[in-house]
Amino acid sequence: MEALIELVQYILQNVINALQRGSFYAVISIGYSMVYGVLMLFNFAHGDIFMVGTYIGFGIATLFLALFAGFLPGPLIFLATVIVTMFLASWVGVFVEVAGYRPLRSAPRASAAITGLMIGIIFETGILILLGAKRLSFPPLMESVSYKVWGIYLTNVKVIIIIISLLLMLALHTFIQKTKWGMAMRAMSYDFLAVPLMGVSINVIAPLTFAVGAGLAAVAGILYGQAYPILDPYMGVIIGWKAFVAAILGGRGSIKGAALAGYLLGFIEIFVATIFPSTLRDLIAYSIILLILTYRPRGFFGMEHSTKLRL
Amino acid sequence: MEIAKKFKNTFSTVPMLSWLLGTLTAVAIEYFWGYDYISYYLGLSKIPVLFGALIMLKEPMMIPGAIGYDLIVYVIPILLIAKTTAFFTNPVAAILEKMPLWFSVILHLLLFYYTLHLWAGINDYRNIIVRLTLISIILTISINVINGYQGEFSCSHPGFMAIGAYVSSALTLFLFANDKMFGTALLPQELGPWGFPFILIAGGIAASLGSLLVAIPSFKTRGDYLAIISLAFMFIVKSAVENLNVIGGARGMGGQPEYAPLPIIFIWTIICIWVIHNFVTSIMGKALNAVRDDEAASESMTVKTRKTKMTAFMFGAFWAGIAGGLFAHVIAYINPGMFSINRLAEILAMVYFGGLNSIVGSIVGAVSINILGEALRPLELFKWIIIPLILIFVMIFRPYGLISFKEINAKRLLRSKHKREQGV
Repeated sequence: MEALIELVQYILQNVINALQRGSFYAVISIGYSMVYGVLMLFNFAHGDIFMVGTYIGFGIATLFLALFAGFLPGPLIFLATVIVTMFLASWVGVFVEVAGYRPLRSAPRASAAITGLMIGIIFETGILILLGAKRLSFPPLMESVSYKVWGIYLTNVKVIIIIISLLLMLALHTFIQKTKWGMAMRAMSYDFLAVPLMGVSINVIAPLTFAVGAGLAAVAGILYGQAYPILDPYMGVIIGWKAFVAAILGGRGSIKGAALAGYLLGFIEIFVATIFPSTLRDLIAYSIILLILTYRPRGFFGMEHSTKLRL
Repeated sequence: MEIAKKFKNTFSTVPMLSWLLGTLTAVAIEYFWGYDYISYYLGLSKIPVLFGALIMLKEPMMIPGAIGYDLIVYVIPILLIAKTTAFFTNPVAAILEKMPLWFSVILHLLLFYYTLHLWAGINDYRNIIVRLTLISIILTISINVINGYQGEFSCSHPGFMAIGAYVSSALTLFLFANDKMFGTALLPQELGPWGFPFILIAGGIAASLGSLLVAIPSFKTRGDYLAIISLAFMFIVKSAVENLNVIGGARGMGGQPEYAPLPIIFIWTIICIWVIHNFVTSIMGKALNAVRDDEAASESMTVKTRKTKMTAFMFGAFWAGIAGGLFAHVIAYINPGMFSINRLAEILAMVYFGGLNSIVGSIVGAVSINILGEALRPLELFKWIIIPLILIFVMIFRPYGLISFKEINAKRLLRSKHKREQGV
């Protein structure tokens, strides 16, 4: 009986860890999925937008902590950082769309993918040149308090990360389902040929989508900075590719699927690492993905029609 | 504009043979007098390795000297010799035109190789650049079979390369070298260079068997899903190698014998270009294009789409494996980190820069990205801003790459240019 309780506690502990890790993947992969829904192509610079967002968050957080640390309550500073960072980072998204994707609207999709990759490299190198190679550490925006509930260790950071990610997804859901802009985005992903004829310009909707995705990624970046405080210009590469995998796994263009697949990826990674040696994590995680995609090529919630890769 | 037209007119009667002779002379001038006289009098401390690009970026004061060196050693001799020898190379080219094509091609290639050998022989730095560039050419052409001719967006090439590199290195270390990992050699070491081609082919076959893991899912899906499957494959290979301690794991595998000097790599590159050119101009190559353009229509026109896709993947992966094996024996050390996202970005950059569906394009892409990467080395980090910017502009203005949808026509390239224009 004792052993059983310990096992359950151990599993629950890992569930919490997996939820935290999955939150990052889910929030970032939503950005991929949204862009896919509107433009029918993946924004390969999204991982690096996440990275730039984290750096912006780092700057804003440092600034606000220096300015207001004494006389404003901590949660307010955190909220202000999140809002200002979201606003600034969304302009990064708009920039990527206007500079990298708009000139290639009619070009083959592979070319747009290359442009996205190259913009990502430019971001990485730009940050490296601007800030140097020294590793920066994200300032803690809230005091870390750990609790022990029923034998499970919880920190307030973990709980806040999970709750904020869920709130963000809820907000996004409301934005897409209830507002006019969201309706335009849904219409664009339903038929991107007819909708521009109805007076909804793709040159407005596409930057908007990029901006929303970049804003989400930036919040994910701030949360990531709270959990893993070391910043690195190449941090977006691995997380970005994994979130991309999650976006595909969920079914392209499906926001619900992307979020679910993000959490699933978090679960796979954490549980593989607890059961097997942690060096096998990537091997097993990607093998599972390969199997899923071989048997269900359109992901969990993918669209029925198959789009052909125009050369 | 007028000058360019005049220039083009003047040199329109110069056949390939003359250009090769001119280049040979230029390289010979550098070989014999470059160090002792030319660079000495121009105030350069040594021969500029990459046409002076490195010197120019490091020390701006040296720009006139480096440009002068380029003019004296390369531009003037090449143009002069090319124009003056045209009077006898044109008849020679006309005679060669009547002979079998392979004879003429081999003759030109020998001349070209000799030039390259002299040029690369000046110092070791050039030698290694040339060898890595040739390997990049093999890689780029092989990915063009999948991404260009077959129209998939495959990201698994570093994985294929890794399989080839590891299999061939393990075989050479096991059979022909005394090392810590596999103990003493099984066969006498003198046999090594003779066994090397078979080892490379074994590596290539291993890579093409590995490619089945990507090819079979591609029956049902394509586009983005295949991109992910191939990406997952790449990560699986990398992760699997990291966990296999028999072949060194994450520490890598070193000590491969020097089996890949310049001539060997050059021969492999030429064989690769020849075989892949024949492949893509064959019926099978046309089937690849048909599957790319419309899968359902080609299936109804009796193209076996599954067989076609599988062949394309296995064929591309085979050559990627060969390139990986050569790479391992040039660097003499490999680790799993070499075959990851960075390598993928480099390969994709080369093939999309050069041009899809074209072997010439692939050669141009591989050579220019490699040479640019080396020439901009003194700029350090800014190199990684300039190269991506160039690629973005190429993508915006030529979405299919610089030279796309063009095939090599050896006959046209090597023909005599004598009085071709006056006829009409």
